[in-house]
Amino acid sequence: MISESLLVDEISSGAVHGERPKFMRRFLSSGLTRLGVGMLLFLALFSFVGPLVYRHSAVASHLLNTAASPSRQFPLGTDSAGHNVLAQLMVGGQSSLEVGFAAAAVAMLFGTLYGMLSGMAWSWLDAVMMRIVDILLSIPAIFILLFLNVVFQPSILIMVFVLASTAWLSVSRLVRAETLSIKNQVYVEAAHAVGAGTWRIMLRYLLPNFLGIVLVSATFQVADAILAMAGLSFLGLGLPPPTPNWGAMLSDGMNYMFQNSWWLIYPPGICILVAEVSINLIGDGLRNALETRER
Amino acid sequence: MLKYIVRRILEAIPTVLGVTLLSFVMIRAAGSPVRILLGNHYTVYRAAMLSRSLGLSKPLWDQYVIWLGNLLHGNFGYSYTYDRPVVGLMLQALPHTIIIVVVAVLAAHVFAVFLGSVQAYFENTKFDQIVTVVNYFFYSMPTFWLAVLLIIFFSIDLNWLPSGGIVNAQLSNPGFGDWAKHLILPISALFLVSVAGWARYMRSSMREALLQDYVRTARMKGASEFRVIFVHALRNSILPLITLFGLSLPVLLSGALFVEEVFNYPGMGLLYWDAVNSRDYPIIMGVTVFIGLVTVAGNLIADILYGLIDPRIQYR
Repeated sequence: MISESLLVDEISSGAVHGERPKFMRRFLSSGLTRLGVGMLLFLALFSFVGPLVYRHSAVASHLLNTAASPSRQFPLGTDSAGHNVLAQLMVGGQSSLEVGFAAAAVAMLFGTLYGMLSGMAWSWLDAVMMRIVDILLSIPAIFILLFLNVVFQPSILIMVFVLASTAWLSVSRLVRAETLSIKNQVYVEAAHAVGAGTWRIMLRYLLPNFLGIVLVSATFQVADAILAMAGLSFLGLGLPPPTPNWGAMLSDGMNYMFQNSWWLIYPPGICILVAEVSINLIGDGLRNALETRER
Repeated sequence: MLKYIVRRILEAIPTVLGVTLLSFVMIRAAGSPVRILLGNHYTVYRAAMLSRSLGLSKPLWDQYVIWLGNLLHGNFGYSYTYDRPVVGLMLQALPHTIIIVVVAVLAAHVFAVFLGSVQAYFENTKFDQIVTVVNYFFYSMPTFWLAVLLIIFFSIDLNWLPSGGIVNAQLSNPGFGDWAKHLILPISALFLVSVAGWARYMRSSMREALLQDYVRTARMKGASEFRVIFVHALRNSILPLITLFGLSLPVLLSGALFVEEVFNYPGMGLLYWDAVNSRDYPIIMGVTVFIGLVTVAGNLIADILYGLIDPRIQYR
């Protein structure tokens, strides 16, 4: 028993170390994945380095120039309050990316822990824990998020936790299913036999098995969180002004639809689309790369 | 079989109760409605009187039981802003949402099944690649932006269709045609965002089905390619989509909320959004409970249908 567990350990850890460069190569071998990585890098540069190059305030109101079409002074025009649209896009990207990644990270941590505990717990506790997930999942996330944003005045930090409050659910289901399928394997029993505690088993023997799946799911959570945040802002319940957000910019632009103000409608929409497409492409690439390893 | 159905229904009851408890707790955690109700007429005395008459001075547990009892009798309470029973408001909004969601879902399902099957059949050809890219585009597209773009193209630029609402106020006698015209854009928005995801599933499901032995057998018997795909392989590859339908109900309802907001379309989503903005708690609770019920019921029906259609499923 003991030797078997050591053997399994050795094989699995050896596989992980030996395959890391290969995994990256396989991940980047698909053109679509490279496109996704490139788009995301571009968006990150645009949002975080852009304001250092294009030094114009996103919150200054040019009240003599409201809803002005693109010009030399304002490459993408101004919005209804005279804000510089290009500068707003950049700053809006910062909060979108920060909140998206942070919310996915919080959701991943909590969901993994919850799912593992549920899978390892006594069957009655497991049933109760999963019923709670069922209940939360049966109300569409946006309905819960809208309500939470009315109750809490959202700051960036609150927004992270609000978005994570619905995002962890699917992660926890995934991890629980994996835990149930792994926890009776011989090498876990062997670990039990040599006296490993529940926590050690969870962290050392179970967790490495589903890191891949959780990572893929977390990638899609980033896309979902960015979209949800833009949606909330679009509905008027996102981060409070003057913090710019792509969704809020779009809803502001809707007031000028009939004036043909394309610079208020297309740029924020394209930014959201680029963020979504790039992250979804990366998620698909990760999944494909992981699937090949399992074969 | 009957035993399985009964067991699944019994299992759903705690979930439904949980949904009611969740919305009750959410609202109570948000604070007392007394201040909102009284507005400028707020005095400590009036607040105490109103709390008493609304039953807010009772213990929380009693409040929940009373509220739940009322729910079972179809009494969802009175809206603060409209001063009308919540049930009436919901019944007014519900048909509007049902029509756009049902039409969009049916159309999207049929089209996605067709598109995904054809894509799988022509796997890795130019056609498949182009459709995959277009799907990706729509799959990642925010519903609200798509809805805005539809308005810009079809209402403003081309002036073919109305940009929102359900009826043209300038017509003296708006008939069915006018109503149908107002439905086209909201339905299209929901349709376009749903097709992409489902076609992706259908493509992979059909791809697997086409590799099976029974497909080869059908070909060997001399069945036409059309028959092979749309009769033999389709039956089996369509199964995962049934489960997917149950799971995608919440996503659809979220989509409906955005679509209704953009098109100012008076359905459940718009009712909820208005209620959230004006903190009309009885409506918020009513809609949340109702949508939770619909989702649980949708999953239940999907499960049962799956069992009915696939004879390989074992009932325990």
